[in-house]
Amino acid sequence: MTQLVRMSGIDKHFPGVHALKSAQFDLVPGEVHALMGENGAGKSTLMKVLSGIYQPDGGTVEVSGESATINGPRAAQALGIGIIHQELALMNDLTVAQNIFIGREPRRSFGRLDEHRLNTDADAIFAQMKVQIDPRAEVRSLSVARQQMVEIAKALSFRSRILIMDEPTAALNEAETNELFAIIRRLKSEGVGVVYISHKMDEIRRISDRVTIMRDGAYVGTVHAADTPIETIISMMVGRDLQSVHVDIPDLTSAPVALEVRGLGRGRAIRDVSFNLKQGEILGFAGLMGAGRTEVARAIFGADPRDSGEIIVHGKSAMIRSPKDAVDAGIGYLSEDRKHFGLALGLDVRANIGMTSLARFSNAVGMLNEAGLEKTAKDYIAKLAIRTPSDRQEVRLLSGGNQQKIVIAKWLLRNCDILIFDEPTRGIDVGAKAEIYRLMQALAADGKAIIVISSELPEVLRLSHRIAVMCEGRLTGILPGGPATSQEEIMRLATVRQSAVEEATA
Amino acid sequence: MTTLPVATPARKPASGAQQKLLAFASLIALLMFFSVASPNFLQTSNILAILQATSVNGVLAIAATLVIITGGIDLSVGTLMTFCAVMAGVILTNAGMPLPLGVVGAIAAGAICGTISGTLVAKMKIPPFIATLGMMLILKGLSLVISGTKPIYFNDTPGFSQISTGSLIGKIFPTVPVPNGVLILFIVALVIGYVLNRTVLGRYCFALGSNEEAVRLSGVNTDAWKIAIYALAGSICGIAGLIIASRLNSAQPALGLGYELDAIAAVVIGGTSLAGGRGSILGTMIGALIMAVLLNGLRVMSVAQEWQTVVTGAIIIAAVYADMLRRRRAAA
Repeated sequence: MTQLVRMSGIDKHFPGVHALKSAQFDLVPGEVHALMGENGAGKSTLMKVLSGIYQPDGGTVEVSGESATINGPRAAQALGIGIIHQELALMNDLTVAQNIFIGREPRRSFGRLDEHRLNTDADAIFAQMKVQIDPRAEVRSLSVARQQMVEIAKALSFRSRILIMDEPTAALNEAETNELFAIIRRLKSEGVGVVYISHKMDEIRRISDRVTIMRDGAYVGTVHAADTPIETIISMMVGRDLQSVHVDIPDLTSAPVALEVRGLGRGRAIRDVSFNLKQGEILGFAGLMGAGRTEVARAIFGADPRDSGEIIVHGKSAMIRSPKDAVDAGIGYLSEDRKHFGLALGLDVRANIGMTSLARFSNAVGMLNEAGLEKTAKDYIAKLAIRTPSDRQEVRLLSGGNQQKIVIAKWLLRNCDILIFDEPTRGIDVGAKAEIYRLMQALAADGKAIIVISSELPEVLRLSHRIAVMCEGRLTGILPGGPATSQEEIMRLATVRQSAVEEATA
Repeated sequence: MTTLPVATPARKPASGAQQKLLAFASLIALLMFFSVASPNFLQTSNILAILQATSVNGVLAIAATLVIITGGIDLSVGTLMTFCAVMAGVILTNAGMPLPLGVVGAIAAGAICGTISGTLVAKMKIPPFIATLGMMLILKGLSLVISGTKPIYFNDTPGFSQISTGSLIGKIFPTVPVPNGVLILFIVALVIGYVLNRTVLGRYCFALGSNEEAVRLSGVNTDAWKIAIYALAGSICGIAGLIIASRLNSAQPALGLGYELDAIAAVVIGGTSLAGGRGSILGTMIGALIMAVLLNGLRVMSVAQEWQTVVTGAIIIAAVYADMLRRRRAAA
């Protein structure tokens, strides 16, 4: 059988990151080929190369046996390659049909649009998909599942023979997922090749024929979905080399509980999450993207509303309705997006460290005590070993690791003794990572209670005294830290779906 | 399980339509209030005066609407209008060329300046606010330089004043001598309304303002379309330049600054979102009329001019706040 797609030796560099290392992939007509790997393994990047969004630095791409240069979305469309992005790329203010045919509107003379044909053409595609959606409806008014159908219709309208779906079920419920699979099977029977990127093991088993596994931007292997145990796939994903790291787990049996969360819930994002955190403890939160870890952190911090749940700080129920309430209760949140939510990049180190504690450095009329601020800032620069020419240096000029330390200093100065780190080392180079780890361990030894959310399993394993694993908004288990827990065990908990949990608890 | 139920149509009426309705209701309410408050208000001559006063701001607001729907902003519409008027003066008075050349020249000058703004925004990625702020000052300065800071009169081109103040309609229906400036406003509104809703260019206006990245990923040359939209807006400013120069029978190089804010105000009152993606020419026209009716009505009621400005400001805030409230309800 001729191959629809054959990619080999694909290389791609981004500033500071070697995103694809001689990656390979192939696709035959009428198959669903799953692409798996941990967060950051390079799956989406590889598919963005195939769909013309990124240009590879090296390697070859063949489509239907012929060498192809895909230098833009338009070229990909011409080759019959359609992609459905992880974040839906729709124009909410336009109608369904207008979205499907954006860039290829049926025209009459003088650039006038043929709105009637636009709508009938869209109708025809939906009829072929056996889905009923009004082409005239504004996309904004559709559910996420239906918006997804619009994306698929858009891809099909190019007569795509190759359809790439990047985590298509991330926002779908069980029934909607079934609808999607029905459509995928129909496409398959018509000879369309589908690339299916997903984290969900059971879906992969249900829908895909072959599975290609990637790790750290490189190709690991391709297996048949039907006769390969999930354990094998998981161990291919995580690799063996980063296994056991020594973790000093302190004896915390007599340590007081700093934070207790009971029955936290919000819609489908957070479902009945309960756990506690002791003083001096580092609790890791593992899970795949979209598992609800950041949502839990933001709910505890009061940044998002919650439907239910109680938050108990140092034995007292805390009424947390806003970040200010949380900070007053001594909870600090270090966002995964430091640059947006953690720092005022244009201001200097001194101003950033003092940012949340200005009340302490000002008099009755709001005059700032710059001398006091300077002394405090210099103290923290020394204590946390922040590498900066002076406390007047603009924060944007510092490295990621030093920026992270400034955020930590800011919360310490505010007397926060419960610190939630969300992806603390994202965008930080390896050397600085180790330093941040040491700093977090020192803070714990000093009696601070620490939650660390990370998508990098080695990071979770290296830091955590206990590891909480989430999947689809649920806390699916809390594992002991240290060598007793393997990456495989965490991945298994991170991929159990609702049905499995119910069986286990029944 | 293979057939999905029919998608429920939008639960609420399209929100842009709601804001338009609100603006239209406000306009009617204002008209009723002033006609009760002052017997002179509803006289034909006064209504024509209101329309005449709307013509320049209305045309500029239509230009601004195009750019704002793409998610941009154009601060240069006022001084671009003046620049185009000065160019007409240079062509007709200084160079003594025939009238049609002056008209084409003014509109072409607008299109060229719009192309420059569009290129700054699309290709050089300068934020629209900054790019058009720069263009605003450049054009103001150039108008003064080219004209030698003195008005250019059109006394040698007798037909020129007819562009705005003559009345083709009056020739046919002598009882309603609608000035040509108003006629031009309505023609521009109809044409651009059609372009916006029925042509590819209009579709991309909304698409760019809605999700530019998605449009680009769909294989559309977003930069080229954006430049085209700014160029079209610029040429509309050229038309506004002709209307105002014709009405004053001169190109006044010091004029123009501040017009852009009135134009943007009309756009906003008309329900076009500054965030881009939604808006309409009908809304903008209603917005421009509300502003003109308000100013005229307050004047007829002998309210001091200073207070007229205060009221306009309050109306803008109220209009946007009403829009926010509605949006929040729609989101809930």
